[in-house]
Amino acid sequence: MITKRIIPCLDVRDGRVVKGVNFEGLREVDSPVELAKYYSSCGADELVFYDITASSDGRKLFTDILRETASGVFIPLTVGGGINTTDDFERVLSCGADKVSVNTGAIKDPSLIGRAAKLYGDQCVVLSVDVKRVDGVFRVFAKGGRENTGLEAIEWIKRGVESGAGEVVLNSIDTDGVKRGFDIEMLEAVCEAVSVPVIASGGAGSIEDFITLFKSVPGVDAGLAASVFHFGEIEIARLKEEMRKNGISARLGG
Amino acid sequence: MIAIVDYGVGNLFSLKCSFAAVGENAVVTSDKTAIKNAGKIVLPGVGAFGDAARKLKAQNLDKLLKDEAAAGKPILGICLGMQLLFDKSFEYGEHEGLSLIPGAVRPIGDVIGDGLKIPHMGWNELRFCGQRHNLFKYLSDGDYVYFVHSYYADTPREYVLATAEYGAPLTAAAANGNVAGCQFHPEKSGKTGLKILKAFCETE
Repeated sequence: MITKRIIPCLDVRDGRVVKGVNFEGLREVDSPVELAKYYSSCGADELVFYDITASSDGRKLFTDILRETASGVFIPLTVGGGINTTDDFERVLSCGADKVSVNTGAIKDPSLIGRAAKLYGDQCVVLSVDVKRVDGVFRVFAKGGRENTGLEAIEWIKRGVESGAGEVVLNSIDTDGVKRGFDIEMLEAVCEAVSVPVIASGGAGSIEDFITLFKSVPGVDAGLAASVFHFGEIEIARLKEEMRKNGISARLGG
Repeated sequence: MIAIVDYGVGNLFSLKCSFAAVGENAVVTSDKTAIKNAGKIVLPGVGAFGDAARKLKAQNLDKLLKDEAAAGKPILGICLGMQLLFDKSFEYGEHEGLSLIPGAVRPIGDVIGDGLKIPHMGWNELRFCGQRHNLFKYLSDGDYVYFVHSYYADTPREYVLATAEYGAPLTAAAANGNVAGCQFHPEKSGKTGLKILKAFCETE
């Protein structure tokens, strides 16, 4: 049977991996290429590279870092950040990305999703959404979580999937960086609304948080996190073993 | 040397690198002489069957692949490249394949039942059928590989090398003599995938 995926996310700025806590207070961790190799060897199922500065100032992702990673890491790579056009898709796909995630770029121009899906296939287009509760409503935020777009999140995600997004990354701004668990309520709402794979992001603090995630929301396909992996608070191999002990399908080994 | 057939479908950077990782020189090419001179051929591919089949034909690569297959050269199809090895596909209409392995490519939705997501995306276990094929000589039953597909190869049991359980035992790998195909992506399947590519490189 297909396994639940564990995905470390590497936020890249100036060729280094950083992790924002609630999207602020950036702090350097390590070399993206070395981290990617390390994660792949300890059983990460996939990797996400985000150029976190791109949506603020339009800085292009360092494609040489991506190319170097893709030439030595043989698991699926998703690239996001600063993806505004199909040329941006082309740029990262030609450097070894397998999937490309769109966020602010798709909000600015929703036709991007459909055009990219037609060119590269649905499986290549990942809709990444930063969501925060505002007066009890799930709202989509743009520009790294700083700007309320006013879009209602579930409607936006449905529309993205109908346009051709083959996967959804749901990042809850409400739980991100707090390390008290994923946003179960928000994830349930999204899984109910769409039938493509859903990746949970924001809030992982412990192995138990992943167990709770997969047990409470069976529709979630993958759990994504950054700092808990980067700082060694959660070892991926141990996480996978615990998942298996709890009856959650997980792939062991590198 | 290995020729990775470039017919304008998908990103071949990782595939080329994965061969380098097992110590094999691979070239990404659409040049017929280079393909003829290569010791082995890899037919990659992502996207839609009809479009890919048209592109192969437009460059006369379909005929070349059939000739090379008939001459006994080892050929490995990957993902859509594997599906192209069969007689035909029912992805958005009906399209002719290379007929190097008997069978047809059909939507997985026909067989997997309700409640499972399409595409079949992620890591799944290989279950080997019959005598272990040389491609999998370094693997164990239950090893995980990475899949992304919405169609599967419906082929007689004698050609199936391995299946993956997803509501039904979907064809994960198939072969007919020197022509083999993997529905999954060995170049994205970690160490397990590299072991398969290494075994392919060692094919006599």
